[in-house]
Amino acid sequence: MRTIFDYRKRSGTGGILPKLDVPGKGSSDLLPSQLIRRSEPRIPNLSEPEVVRHYTALSKLNYGVDDGLYPLGSCTMKYNPKVNEDVARLAGFASIHPGTDPQLAQGSLAVMYDMSRLLRSITGMADVTLQPAAGAHGEVTGMFLIKRYFEARGEVDRTRILLPDSAHGTNPASAAAAGFSVTEIKSGPDGLVDLNELSGELDDTVAGVMLTVPNTLGIFEENIVKITAMVHAAGGLCYFDGANLNSFLGYARPGDMGADVFHFNLHKTMSAPHGGGGPGSGPVAVSEALVPFLPVPRVKRNGDSYELDWDQPQSIGSMHSFYGNFGVFLKAYAYILTLGDEGLRQVGENAVLNANYLQERLKKTYRLPYDRLCKHEFVLTGKGIADGISTLDIAKRLIDYGFHPPTIYFPLIVHEALMIEPTETESRETLDRFAEALEKIAHEAKEDPQLLHEAPHTAPTRRLDQTRAARNPILTYPFEAE
Amino acid sequence: MGYPANYRYTEDHEWIELDGNRAKVGITDHAQSELGDVVFVELPAVGTTLNKGDTLGTVESVKAVSDVFAPVSGKVVEVNSELESTPETINSDPHGKGWIAVIEASDPSEGDSLLDAAAYERLISEEE
Repeated sequence: MRTIFDYRKRSGTGGILPKLDVPGKGSSDLLPSQLIRRSEPRIPNLSEPEVVRHYTALSKLNYGVDDGLYPLGSCTMKYNPKVNEDVARLAGFASIHPGTDPQLAQGSLAVMYDMSRLLRSITGMADVTLQPAAGAHGEVTGMFLIKRYFEARGEVDRTRILLPDSAHGTNPASAAAAGFSVTEIKSGPDGLVDLNELSGELDDTVAGVMLTVPNTLGIFEENIVKITAMVHAAGGLCYFDGANLNSFLGYARPGDMGADVFHFNLHKTMSAPHGGGGPGSGPVAVSEALVPFLPVPRVKRNGDSYELDWDQPQSIGSMHSFYGNFGVFLKAYAYILTLGDEGLRQVGENAVLNANYLQERLKKTYRLPYDRLCKHEFVLTGKGIADGISTLDIAKRLIDYGFHPPTIYFPLIVHEALMIEPTETESRETLDRFAEALEKIAHEAKEDPQLLHEAPHTAPTRRLDQTRAARNPILTYPFEAE
Repeated sequence: MGYPANYRYTEDHEWIELDGNRAKVGITDHAQSELGDVVFVELPAVGTTLNKGDTLGTVESVKAVSDVFAPVSGKVVEVNSELESTPETINSDPHGKGWIAVIEASDPSEGDSLLDAAAYERLISEEE
């Protein structure tokens, strides 16, 4: 595959500039001599159609949720309705500068205020900040809030965060980034937090627990109310990672379960395009006790107008320039209003129904280590399909069948994990086609293992050497080689 | 690959070789095989004092990043800095040249509670 620098053409032009209608000046008349380059820049001389065709060709190699199923466990790659894009591109929103005087940005402030209200009502919590740029940023914001809370109370010895081994991989990093030490809590054989182990760790050095609800096995912590009560009784706070909110949307509220901090991944649950690094939006909802510490500025309503309130002396400060990723939560706002209460409930229902439908069918072919009703996702193992066949082989072969592979090798508590999240936006027909592909692959694994080892066969590139890419990354174009 | 009989093993898949109060630490062949190709190793600073179970370092493979835990309490007196440029040694020789650090054990008897080779092999065969 060529990069733009591989085009060897040395002459040509991308456009024709009009003739000068003023006296010409050379670069030496305009710039100090040390700033004038001595050689030509190494950029390709290409015409407009050549550039357009190059990038169009690259874009055709891409696979996104607009192409087909993208069952990436723990990531909620649902279809993103295009009407959200229309809303985000309305000139009144898209053209406004974030530094605009609040008096002239009342519409945008009204959206932020109302968005906070909607997120409060979805979570049943006291208040919300829209600033965090994505999930992990929301996590670290939440951890800062918890830290500041205990500092304000003078309980500086609360330095530990308890984390189940079924939590999202970013959670321990977020706790550590905020200055906490992390203690892992092992899951029981049922995939749930082991209450005895939790109770053994709870003492006055614990700042809180960080729970992924439902957890990365797609299992709802059925003791959640007991867990939060135990933590509160020990003086700690409860953080809920909300990346999996899709599975109980409209049915249960973290505030009612005892959460003190809850982060959204609006770009997952509330449908804004993501992947490839963003942008995302990770608002954080908090219980009453944490409200004074929320980031500034906060949007306040004053009669009929809205203003930005910077006067929050206990605030942890700003977590993002200006107000967060406005365009992203705008799309989420459009999505929430489009669906309404009933629609959001249906999202949760269908996400769970689709996952269980696939789980029940696929567990006949693949081993399901935690066999119980799942929420929005489930974790199979590629172990035992055939000798010498790894989950990586299975995932790569799925590409040949036209599907994006699911998440693999996560969560770590399942060996050779295949973590599948179909989301609510897939039809039964698509789910059946996907299941059929995985069943065929299981058959191929026994009959023709080489076919799997060498997959993918139909993708633009074959299997990449991940090890060499990680050990010896080449991050710039090697001009020196010329 | 065999599990040396003179080593002790943890349930988290570290090994130690005790020589007086010097405990050489690495990860087991089973651990490296589960991780796959190791691409990066983070070593502790020499002089770091650790309690048994504290994080000694991290091993990053193409699949996952895993903590390595100190099998005994003590002070880090030596690290295998070769691993910084050749992390793949952990894959090729996990029980030998792929060692990670040496801990000067504050209480070498902590090693007695660890698994012997036979018990460790039983543990991993149960995990399979």
